[in-house]
Amino acid sequence: MSMPFYASAEQIMRDRSEYARKGIARGRSVIVTTYADGVLFVAENASFALHKVSEIYDRIGFAAVGKYNEYENLRVAGVRLADLRGYSYDRRDVTARALANAYAQTLGAIFTEQQKPFEVEICVAEVGETADEDQLYRISYDGTIVDEPDFLAMGGGQTEAITNNMKERFAAGAGLREALAACVGALSSVGGSNGAPRSLPAGQLEVAVLDRNRGTRKFRRYEGAALTELLPEADGTPEAHPPGADTPPHDQDAGDPSAP
Amino acid sequence: MSNPRGAFDPGLLRYATEPGSSSFTDFLSSAAPGLLPGATHPGPQAPHGTTIVAALFAGGVVMAGDRRATAGNLIAQRDIEKVYAADDYTLIGIAGTAGLAIEIVRLYQVELEHYEKIEGTQLTLDGKANRLGSMIRGNLGQAMQGLAVVPLFAGVEVSDRAGERVAKIYSYDVTGGRYPEQHYHSVGSGSLFAKGSLKKRWRPELDRAGVIRVVVEALYDAADDDSATGGPDVSRGIYPVVMVATAAGTERVGDDELAGIVTDIIADRTEHPGS
Repeated sequence: MSMPFYASAEQIMRDRSEYARKGIARGRSVIVTTYADGVLFVAENASFALHKVSEIYDRIGFAAVGKYNEYENLRVAGVRLADLRGYSYDRRDVTARALANAYAQTLGAIFTEQQKPFEVEICVAEVGETADEDQLYRISYDGTIVDEPDFLAMGGGQTEAITNNMKERFAAGAGLREALAACVGALSSVGGSNGAPRSLPAGQLEVAVLDRNRGTRKFRRYEGAALTELLPEADGTPEAHPPGADTPPHDQDAGDPSAP
Repeated sequence: MSNPRGAFDPGLLRYATEPGSSSFTDFLSSAAPGLLPGATHPGPQAPHGTTIVAALFAGGVVMAGDRRATAGNLIAQRDIEKVYAADDYTLIGIAGTAGLAIEIVRLYQVELEHYEKIEGTQLTLDGKANRLGSMIRGNLGQAMQGLAVVPLFAGVEVSDRAGERVAKIYSYDVTGGRYPEQHYHSVGSGSLFAKGSLKKRWRPELDRAGVIRVVVEALYDAADDDSATGGPDVSRGIYPVVMVATAAGTERVGDDELAGIVTDIIADRTEHPGS
């Protein structure tokens, strides 16, 4: 005769949190920061096609870490929600706050009601007319939503170290070049052999901005030559080992994401 | 978060249930069909927009539309705009029931942007033209009730797959039939006269400024003989909407430049009253 199975709600939530956190820590990190002309997204991403950062609407951008299929679903849903609102009301009526709330509710519902939580952490950013109106929202796998004033780092196993490093480098109102250098510096401050810094070449970065000086659609990607030109000169720091898959399958050991 | 039957409600994710579709129109017809362009009780006097012309030049295409909307024998509006940028590289002009046509243009603009955001790449020019055709076909029922919308579509191919930068013009019929046009084309009630004018004045070697002059003059000729097409209104400063698409993007030709062209045309006609 089998014993009836019982697990406390506390235990279930703890298990789910741990599962989601583990999944998110497998990937590599993203930093979203404000700068003089708006919002800058810098993601460590070796793929040109599978984006972590994308445009949602005129003034709204999206960045995500974790499991690609899950955050891609969320991104598509976000684009649809935004286009639907903009089409039925007006383009100016589409706001990051509403979108972030929708994401938070969805992720919260999935976290409590589904067997498996989404292994994602996302950021919804909106560029305003002035720097005071820029908004960054961080939404976690359990639906927690935080309004970040300056910058946020998410994903990867060493988010805390990156956040602390970025704290020292961040300067409000920095130009694009300086802000990008700060983000790349913070991202590359971890993951080298024996905890040493490493270098991150343009090919392993995905960079985009929401620039308030652009026309209706503020989102712009920097790729190829345009990105290389913006990046600080290489200072001879060695690159880390060739990075593995961004989010390895579940049966593979998470380990150190920069290990071969 | 649960619905009354206890099933899981995925919130926002219900919008991502069909990951295969990048079409905003398809999405809209399942998520909010009430928002699709449509009018169930056509009034006999719904305002109509009239003449649109488009002509190619080396490196791009120019599209122009007069500013008049008519309702029966009345002028419903003197400064309506019937030519729009559909996206960064394409133009769309509309003749037919104004309210419905403007709504279709709005939906089409979102359609193109939506595809670009979801897929991360633009549609090819042919793809954009086909998509517009199927949207016009969707309006066929209303066209049969007298609410026809006939667009003129033109743009520059920028898809990196083809690697070419060719400008093209497409015309449509109410059934959504799509026809690539050579050199120039016109739709709407004054199109007969506008096309005759273009036939005599358009030349393949014309540059941007030359083609702008030719399309404005074609609209002038259409307004001359078609009561539903408005000519340039010099006293009010209302000039045709003229837009240009090249590989560098779309732009609307400023009223200052148009004022000069219109003054020239009127001076020419005054000199040769028979033309």
